[in-house]
Amino acid sequence: MRNKYSLFSLIKNALSYHENWQRAWKDPAPKKEYDAVIVGGGGHGLATAYYLAKKHNMNNIAVVEKGWIGGGNTGRNTTIIRSNYLWDASAGLYDHALKIWEGLSQELNYNVMFSQRGVMNLAHNLQDVRDLKRRTHANRLNGIDAVYLSTEEVKKFCPIINTSPDIRYPVLGGTLQRRAGTARHDAVAWGYARGADAMGVDIIQNCEVKGIKRNGDSIEGIETTKGFIKTKKVGVVAAGHSSVIANMAGLRLPLESKPLQALVSEPVKPIIDTVVMSNAVHAYVSQSDKGELVIGAGTDDYVSYTQKGSHQIVEGTLNAILELYPIFSRMRMLRQWGGIVDICPDASPILSKTSIKGLYFNCGWGTGGFKATPGSGDLFAHTIANDEPHKLNAAFNLNRFISGDLVDEHGAAAVAH
Amino acid sequence: MFLINCPYCGERDQQEFKAGGEAHIERPKQPTELSDDEWAEYLFMRKNIKGVQFERWNHAHGCRKWFNMVRDTSNDEIKAIYKMGEKPPAQ
Repeated sequence: MRNKYSLFSLIKNALSYHENWQRAWKDPAPKKEYDAVIVGGGGHGLATAYYLAKKHNMNNIAVVEKGWIGGGNTGRNTTIIRSNYLWDASAGLYDHALKIWEGLSQELNYNVMFSQRGVMNLAHNLQDVRDLKRRTHANRLNGIDAVYLSTEEVKKFCPIINTSPDIRYPVLGGTLQRRAGTARHDAVAWGYARGADAMGVDIIQNCEVKGIKRNGDSIEGIETTKGFIKTKKVGVVAAGHSSVIANMAGLRLPLESKPLQALVSEPVKPIIDTVVMSNAVHAYVSQSDKGELVIGAGTDDYVSYTQKGSHQIVEGTLNAILELYPIFSRMRMLRQWGGIVDICPDASPILSKTSIKGLYFNCGWGTGGFKATPGSGDLFAHTIANDEPHKLNAAFNLNRFISGDLVDEHGAAAVAH
Repeated sequence: MFLINCPYCGERDQQEFKAGGEAHIERPKQPTELSDDEWAEYLFMRKNIKGVQFERWNHAHGCRKWFNMVRDTSNDEIKAIYKMGEKPPAQ
């Protein structure tokens, strides 16, 4: 029986010095066989397991994770959530996720600290202005809140931005999605893990997949560092390592894995109460509840699995940040890290069946997967349970690279990929 | 960040170079004969290896020449560099 988190449970546990909290999830050894196995215990994988159990009554399932849950890109992103994508297919996908975010803490009985503080995207040249206006109109036609702001309105919404016309890339305007914001990324993984575990899902950490056993065109099971696990359905949610897993199954994917970096500053008092992104100069910044500035840098242009990234990428981002926010010029950066992101040629994800029966891939989220975590899990669970995509992820199939029906969000998304 | 030994200019900072993706992907000899599957394979599908990978690089802020590199993507160690048209080293 899972104890509910509440004010009452907080007081009760405070009386025993917080030493008697129930374990949030178990640490089981793998069973011999499952109805489905999810490879990858990040936010997307855990959410998939949660919705498989909750909405599709698949309780005899497992999540296998080679490290610890949420230790990959779930714990490495800059926690930004928004749905202001240009194309209809993307708008449907990302806004589905945003709608789930709005009630997620209540649903999971776990505070994911979802904060709708707004996301502002800046325009720095005339083409930016045209693109952002077009995207604002497209968003509104799709029922997504979006407004276009003039330079003065940008300044009013976030006073510390340098809107002087004589900077190298002056701020000519921007868009604002008020329903967008941030969430506590670790809490998302932990909340989904706790919720899935409560419904009987086995979350198996330190269990790396070493091989995928096929019988002709169907799946028989997976070889792991904790032995062979028999299963007819495998859902791979392995982010940067998707190609590695695909290779085990003899499948080719249109992905390239590259390091994406982020960094945080020393903590300071509240100074920026929204999220500001700039595509043209590649700078985005928000402030965590601890007071750190959370800064997202760009990807390197070469394939690498090192979780490091190049120094000049960070340097370029900080140049842009200082031009836009001179007030940060004397702040010190506390930590820098990299995550390996799997990028599709059209910068849109793949949530799809494959040519192998019982093998499903949820990958290609590239530089912006965190925002989609709940929606991705929900739709991927639907795809696995029914062996058919949901209408919201039908466009994000693997076959689009053959048919040519790409969802090209490269320049069209609110930030460069 | 690493140093790259350009076959024309010698050792330079990685910042001067641009990565050009997987090497030795042959351009179709008869493009009009290609099926949609073959086009997808040529245009989009990539090995994306974790380990030793053959790739193209361009000395974009130097001699601007293209060359090939053998690099371990799991630790960024460069194994070999050879000019375009040269035979790849055996691995």
